[in-house]
Amino acid sequence: MPIALEARDLVKEYPGVTAVDGVSFSVPEGICFGLLGPNGAGKTTTVEIIEGVTRSTSGQVYYYGEIAGAKFRQEAGIQFQNTALQDYLTVRETIEMFRSLYERQADLDEIIEQCSLADLLDRDNRKLSGGQRQRLLLAVALVNRPRLIFLDEPTTGLDPQARRNFWDLIQNIRAGGATIVLTTHYMDEAQILCDDIAIMDAGKIVSQGAPDQLLFEKYGDKLINLSHGEIRRPNLEDLFLDLTGHSLRT
Amino acid sequence: MFNRIYAIFVGRNREFVRDRSSLAWSLLLPVVLVFGLSFAFDGQRDEYTVGVLQAEPDIDTGAHPFLETKYVRFVAYDDLDEAMLKVERHQLDLLIDLGPPARYWINPTAAKGYFVEFALLQTASPSSNTVVKEQIEGDPVRYSDWVLPGILGMNMMFSCLFGVGYVIVRYRKNGFLKRLRATPLTAFEFITAQVASRMVLIMLITTFVYTGTHLLLDTRMEGSYFTLFLIALVGAISLVSLGLVVSARVTSEELAGGLLNLINWPMMLLSGVWFSLEGAGETVRGMSQIFPLTHILDSARAVMLDGATLTDVAPSLAALTVLSGVFLAIGSAIFRWEQY
Repeated sequence: MPIALEARDLVKEYPGVTAVDGVSFSVPEGICFGLLGPNGAGKTTTVEIIEGVTRSTSGQVYYYGEIAGAKFRQEAGIQFQNTALQDYLTVRETIEMFRSLYERQADLDEIIEQCSLADLLDRDNRKLSGGQRQRLLLAVALVNRPRLIFLDEPTTGLDPQARRNFWDLIQNIRAGGATIVLTTHYMDEAQILCDDIAIMDAGKIVSQGAPDQLLFEKYGDKLINLSHGEIRRPNLEDLFLDLTGHSLRT
Repeated sequence: MFNRIYAIFVGRNREFVRDRSSLAWSLLLPVVLVFGLSFAFDGQRDEYTVGVLQAEPDIDTGAHPFLETKYVRFVAYDDLDEAMLKVERHQLDLLIDLGPPARYWINPTAAKGYFVEFALLQTASPSSNTVVKEQIEGDPVRYSDWVLPGILGMNMMFSCLFGVGYVIVRYRKNGFLKRLRATPLTAFEFITAQVASRMVLIMLITTFVYTGTHLLLDTRMEGSYFTLFLIALVGAISLVSLGLVVSARVTSEELAGGLLNLINWPMMLLSGVWFSLEGAGETVRGMSQIFPLTHILDSARAVMLDGATLTDVAPSLAALTVLSGVFLAIGSAIFRWEQY
């Protein structure tokens, strides 16, 4: 599989703090790549450097072997963690506006169906629920038939039904052949959706690989004894806590 | 490129037009002001104003006893034609040239001129017949005629500065600019769309308000509508460009509001929105020339009240074009998408 995306030695320094400290990884075409980490680990900064909305202090991003530039902007779809849309526009108008910004344009009806927005098309986008809004933001990220999609904590704040609905959407998109870069701090989400993950802490990648492979490398066939006597196999959350610690992050 | 500019242009227009309160404010404020001021001040001017024809800007009150008269404002003029036009329009109650030979001009249809003439003749020497009287006839310029360009200009200023400056800062603060940056849209395309959107809206609103007040109050229009439209268009571009400079980097709406007010208020006070700066000092009048609104109002009044031609207002249009170029260059150079 060709490498769709490669981040090489990314560094982002702010006065007194290094938010991203030499991050490198590559994402083969067609997979769902998860970037995990506690709050403040540098996930969002890393992804925003790759997306081109934040300047790195040093390092380089490659898209299909070339420095990410105009082609990348045309072919990448992005859903930010927090995005405001224009006030007073309907769902349909919002999607159409973003679609017009691209040369590659997805079929409008297809996006609407894919993101289950048919009943909301004439609704003012300020009047959407959290889950509806996330589906709209995903639709906006799909308007250019992206080959590479960034989803930055897309299910944060959603109820369990909306989260599972969103997972189905992501799996459908991936089945369509797109490459996905997902940042999340929900380990169940990463375990279900991601083929490959990188765990970040304090601006660095502390572990990288397929979830099952990382679990095997860390725990082998070990079982975990829970306090109430239950015994189970270690999961991604155990790995995450072992690698990043149990202390609260500010 | 044009698709992208058009998409942002349409989006911004929809946002503005559907924001009913802002739209109503933009339309109603100038209309209410023009009608209110017209009702309150037309035909009223408490102070007598007399023009003194002389080369020096300062009046020497010892030069003639008449110049010591109380409740009369004396304003120096070095251009006879300009001063005579003021008498014709009832903007000056009397014009005097101390000579020799001493001459004065009044408008026989101006009531205040009649009384000021009495005062002049009272203070003149017994051989007052040495003061030559000349008459100039003409209809008065009502306050509503004079203030209409000021109110339209002020509305344009608020709409351009806040409609562009404040909105871009809001977009930056809430992350909408960041979202747009992740698309193929360039800064040039975004700015062009914002400017175009505001230009279309402000020209429609200004035309609507002007037409309404012109028809209902029968305001004076001596020049060409095309020239007036051109002044409004070039003026709006310069004001929008000024708004872009303010919004280019600012990330806080509070700071943007403060900066915009810092520009608005001096411009409103020193550009002649409400009152003429003719009696003001050289320094103040010189300072007022750096404001786009001064050039807009001076040239608009020249067209509407004096029938100035395109050639006459060309210097003001040139000044506005230069100011727009400077503002756009600064705004583009320092523009940033992100909040931090």
